[in-house]
Amino acid sequence: MSEFLSQSAVWGTLLTLAAYALGMWVNRKTGKALCNPLLIASVFLIAFLSLCRIPYPEYKASASPISYLLLPATVSLAIPLYEKWELLEKNALAILAGIFTGTVTSIGCIVLTALVFRLDHAYAVSLLPKSVTTAIGMDIAKELGGIATLTSAMIVLTGIVGNLLAESICKWFRITDPTARGIGIGTGSHAIGTAKALQMGETEGAMSSLAIAVAGLITAVLAPIAASWI
Amino acid sequence: MKYIFQFARILAFCALGELLHMLLPLPIPASVYGLVQLLLALKLRIVALEQVKEAGTFLSAIFPMLFVPAVAGVMELWGDLARILIPVLIALFPVTVLVIGITGRTVQSLMGRKEKEHV
Repeated sequence: MSEFLSQSAVWGTLLTLAAYALGMWVNRKTGKALCNPLLIASVFLIAFLSLCRIPYPEYKASASPISYLLLPATVSLAIPLYEKWELLEKNALAILAGIFTGTVTSIGCIVLTALVFRLDHAYAVSLLPKSVTTAIGMDIAKELGGIATLTSAMIVLTGIVGNLLAESICKWFRITDPTARGIGIGTGSHAIGTAKALQMGETEGAMSSLAIAVAGLITAVLAPIAASWI
Repeated sequence: MKYIFQFARILAFCALGELLHMLLPLPIPASVYGLVQLLLALKLRIVALEQVKEAGTFLSAIFPMLFVPAVAGVMELWGDLARILIPVLIALFPVTVLVIGITGRTVQSLMGRKEKEHV
């Protein structure tokens, strides 16, 4: 088995596609938000790798064609954004104010949590950029003396939470406008949340991708200030 | 061939993004530079929508799946996460809910739309 795996160039990609197909199948059968394809696929993969004692780095290397597409897919988010340009221009102020408020809320809550639990500085700054996209967040954590891998895990888990709860949160807070929904999801749960926003609608998806970029930039400016308090 | 060329154009903007990321000393990832540059190119009509549309739509459709390898990476970090479990759970659940909710409410009320009460 392990000999085959180390010789085969495609198993990681194939396993990822199979896991995601399984996730979609379970999602269709149950129709429950908790049975999210991304979550099911990831849980299945973790279980499979652990049971077969396959080290994660080996899987990661073999699944690199999948991760490779992340960059072009993120850049392509410019397309829905371009198609929704008028909506963006008309509501520019509300959108910017919303993303700023959300980013301050995120950083403020983490600072409070860190103070209450007396977290070590390294742990606290690793949690700070948890709502922004991995690439920006990991750079911020490294810059501030945090643990970059811990930050990336927090970012990924935050994205999963946002992806799972996005529709419910919009209900709880009575957010009905597609632009407001998209901006909220993107600010709170970056690209993984955006994957959900894209499924909710074109406007949601476009606004969510915009929020990823803007929230990332605002966090890059505010996080160093917050880091000096914890 | 049309789709290959569309994909090539998108990759060209990825490369431009990587170049800016290398040249500028800011903590902004290549993907955000690429996104902004493609948006500008579309706005300024350097690239027409039809020249990237289908390939871009395909990439958006498979977007959630692309995160599976990264999410599975969490399996290597149970130790660190368990050590600060309660702050981690607070950061994950209530904070994320608050951020999405407050952001959405702020945008919605500033846009001055009428709310539909029965959602």
